[in-house]
Amino acid sequence: MGDDFIWMAGGPQGSGVDTSANIFARACCYGGLHVYGKREYSSNIKGMHSYFQIRVSPKEIGAIVDRVNLLCTFDAESVVRHAWEVAPGGGIICDTEVLGTKISGIPSLPSPFFEEFNKTLDEKGIHPETVGDLLSEVKKSNVRIYAVPYLELLKEIGKEIGEEQLSKITRMINVLTLGVSFGIVNYEQKYVDKAINMIFGKKPKIISMNLLALNKAYDYARKNFKDAGFDLKSVETNEERIFLQGTQAVALGKLAGGCRIQTYYPITPAADESEYLEEKQVFEPEGNMPAGAIIVMQTEDEIAAITMATGAALTGVRSATSTSGPGFSLMAEGLGWAGINEVPVVINYYQRGAPSTGLPTRHGQDDLRFAIHASHGEFPRIVLCSGDIEECFYDAARAFNYAEHYQTPVIHLIDKALANSNKSYKMFDPGRVRIDRGQLLTAADISGKTYQRFEFTDSGISPRLPIGTPGAIFWYTGDEHNESGHITEEPMMRTRMVAKRMKKLETADREIPVEERVNFFGDEDASVTVVSWGSPKGAILEAMDMLRKDGQKINFLQVRIPHPLPKDYIEKVLNKAAKKIAIEGNYSGQLAGIIREKTGIPMDYFILKWNGRPMSADEIYKALLLITQDKAQTRQVLTGGS
Amino acid sequence: MALKLADYRTHVFNDWCPGCGNFGILASLQMALADLELQPSRVAIFSGIGCHGKTPHFVNAYGIHTLHGRVLPFATGAKLANPELEVIVHGGDGDGLGIGAAHFVNTGRRNMDMTYIIHDNGVYGLTKGQASPTLKLGVKTKALPKPNINEGINPVTLALVTGYTFIARSYCYDVVHLKETIKKAIKHKGMALVVVQQWCPTYNDINTKEWYNGEDRIDPATGKPVPRLYRLEETGYDGIVHNPDETIPKTLAALAKAYEWGDRIPIGVFYQNEFVSTYQERISQRIADYPGYPPAKQVIADEHGKPVTGIRKLLDELKVTG
Ligand SMILES: Cc1ncc(C[n+]2csc(CCOP(=O)(O)OP(=O)(O)O)c2C)c(N)n1
Ligand code: SF4
Ligand SMILES: [Mg+2]
Repeated sequence: MGDDFIWMAGGPQGSGVDTSANIFARACCYGGLHVYGKREYSSNIKGMHSYFQIRVSPKEIGAIVDRVNLLCTFDAESVVRHAWEVAPGGGIICDTEVLGTKISGIPSLPSPFFEEFNKTLDEKGIHPETVGDLLSEVKKSNVRIYAVPYLELLKEIGKEIGEEQLSKITRMINVLTLGVSFGIVNYEQKYVDKAINMIFGKKPKIISMNLLALNKAYDYARKNFKDAGFDLKSVETNEERIFLQGTQAVALGKLAGGCRIQTYYPITPAADESEYLEEKQVFEPEGNMPAGAIIVMQTEDEIAAITMATGAALTGVRSATSTSGPGFSLMAEGLGWAGINEVPVVINYYQRGAPSTGLPTRHGQDDLRFAIHASHGEFPRIVLCSGDIEECFYDAARAFNYAEHYQTPVIHLIDKALANSNKSYKMFDPGRVRIDRGQLLTAADISGKTYQRFEFTDSGISPRLPIGTPGAIFWYTGDEHNESGHITEEPMMRTRMVAKRMKKLETADREIPVEERVNFFGDEDASVTVVSWGSPKGAILEAMDMLRKDGQKINFLQVRIPHPLPKDYIEKVLNKAAKKIAIEGNYSGQLAGIIREKTGIPMDYFILKWNGRPMSADEIYKALLLITQDKAQTRQVLTGGS
Repeated sequence: MALKLADYRTHVFNDWCPGCGNFGILASLQMALADLELQPSRVAIFSGIGCHGKTPHFVNAYGIHTLHGRVLPFATGAKLANPELEVIVHGGDGDGLGIGAAHFVNTGRRNMDMTYIIHDNGVYGLTKGQASPTLKLGVKTKALPKPNINEGINPVTLALVTGYTFIARSYCYDVVHLKETIKKAIKHKGMALVVVQQWCPTYNDINTKEWYNGEDRIDPATGKPVPRLYRLEETGYDGIVHNPDETIPKTLAALAKAYEWGDRIPIGVFYQNEFVSTYQERISQRIADYPGYPPAKQVIADEHGKPVTGIRKLLDELKVTG
């Protein structure tokens, strides 16, 4: 076992995979370890396969890898799906009951799965009929099988807690397997107890029941699987750390950034953010300020969501809406209204596998171009892409500054991999958040003057006044308008108004510092340059570390604001690179296309993935290695992940 | 200084067709605002897209001319953020009952404290006279190649079953009745709907001024036309819910009245119920400071741009070490 340890729990949706993963992750965090967790689920409520992969390390980690050290299965399907992912030296926890299960008889395994699965078997020249047969084969590659009589143990536990009802006790399979897991890796029980207490919160009966089950399973594993060869050790740390998922980071960033109205229509994976915000609606007072609160409105559709947030923004409040692809498609017309009326509204856009309903619960980065171009006509907007959960926090706050400063919609692109991944971080620093409200006027500022909402200025930015302010009157309209906001179709006014609005994009391009628009990592003088955006960041950084260990020099340009694109800077970096590589979670290399459009510089290589699963550090490493060895095709398509 | 009617007018050239019913609606609105002496800067007039959509440009108050069908959510957002605004919404019949029908329904059940005035002319005026959702089955207005193949929606009955707490009908030509109805709607605590029977002399050649006046129905006794519209108040009808127990019976009575059409069309208040909590009240139950410190008034940063939102407690909830 190296530095890190990867645990995976798999089972039918609704059987407590998430809870057990949450407990596992927290227990590790409490023991001073760093954690990165990836959640995979299907568009289903109960029964379909889901899994949670938790990577643990004494060092901070930002990605998944293609390997499992300990696989913890709730059912036969999880064994069949993930058995080959377990690394030599690793182990598989399973129910003794499933050993006799016929693989071909598992009803929830779809035929495309078998096509791939049988191919693997043919390559290996094996033909297992049952789960047990399969495990015997897996065992040959130095993987231990920990078969545990789940039901028998659960019945014993049931007796002790006075619960004989089968349906009630089988609900504890997740805690049982968790106990076995911790027993096998010999992890300190006090951290596990703490995690159980935290997760089951205010329900003492449930806590004691689960603790009992967990301890029993733990002891069982210690007794029966002594020679496991794993040791998961806690480490000392004084660092103040948090553990959270992307949607929470976005929500917290929005709160710190002063968002006070949030509208949404339920959609995966965006809805978690709004639900969290609603739960935490009323804030603590800070200093001598009154407490304040955010209103979260669940609307009838995304059209209402964007238009309601926009209507709210007219009053001077910071408002936002949060959605994913199908919702953003519906928002297109509303976005244009905000554009022509110069309304600061923020859209937090969680991409998932697209088009249409696509892969509703799976990862994708297919919507960069759509975010930049959605809605008819030309108007300025700013598109901001976070690369990790911490960036989600600071970007979510900063999005409002751009929106208000340039008085235009801001689209904050996030993706499913960020939304539903969990990670431990050093405590965020809300003190780093700064609020820039741009030219937001009050009644006092305009007293005695004639105020025009769309006054022509050199920067294109007209000082803004909230509707309802005494001492002024003006109009908004989605029609082309004059300076006071009345409809006009006069050619000269039209020419000037469009130019005024578009001017703001030039102003933003000039003003926003390059440090906010790109991150540059690695060796300045490297001849290999990776360009990417969004969630592949963590996996790319880890792959770069591996390459550096091989003696390869490489650098990485992470684009955080693809629109307006910091083209001079990108040009400078790319001009120095002999090998320019785009890494993106889509088919066509959308950012690469935009860079080529703006700078004329084409990429030499593409590493692309659109199978609905995030990129792992290993697969990026392998793909980059081929490129450095001059053995790669122009396009490499990654297909990892189950 | 007392506010006069002229204070609510703008100098914007009005390009509605001569004789358009919108003129009466505009005048009634301005008269209502003047009667109530509402400060123009406290009033926000929202509109959808259609001929009616130009209304705010003619009124000296904050005006927001939105998108086709989406006027209600725009207005809702503004009212939610700043409940001190007097929000008045103008919508078309196509705008609110066709493309925006989902918003019509859901705005009812929220019961925001706003006023919604539908300019019901039976046609899509601005796109040159296609059938609107309120046009009755089989009716063929001027621009239709064939008679209307759909049944018409009745906005009053729809409002009754979707939670509107003030529902009235009025007529574009009866500016005093309309003005008084708009005033009642503005004063009502909750979501108020005023459906205005509006002529479109250019495209609706069926529901014309003459038709409403009953000029095709001469009373043999008096030799005068028998108007189609009659006033609910004058028949002793009382749509006001005086105690919560009356909610269902009054809704049913209003429904019965709402189905009247053709030769006798009621105008006036069908239903009013102030016992239903408004959205503002519901929010205040969750956020005690909401009325005094609504979103639009909240301070979010100190003078150095430092955020003042206390998220430390939330971060602490996520803490795992230290
Ligand atoms: C999304 C969208 N589709 C179509 C139109 C074209 N359009 C403009 S006005 C209108 C109909 C207006 O009818 P109504 O709402 O009854 O208003 P009126 O003109 O009768 O006042 C339509 C369909 C539009 N503006 N937006
Ligand atoms: S088309 Fe009809 S509704 Fe539109 S302005 Fe002319 S008369 Fe009025
Ligand atoms: Mg109409």
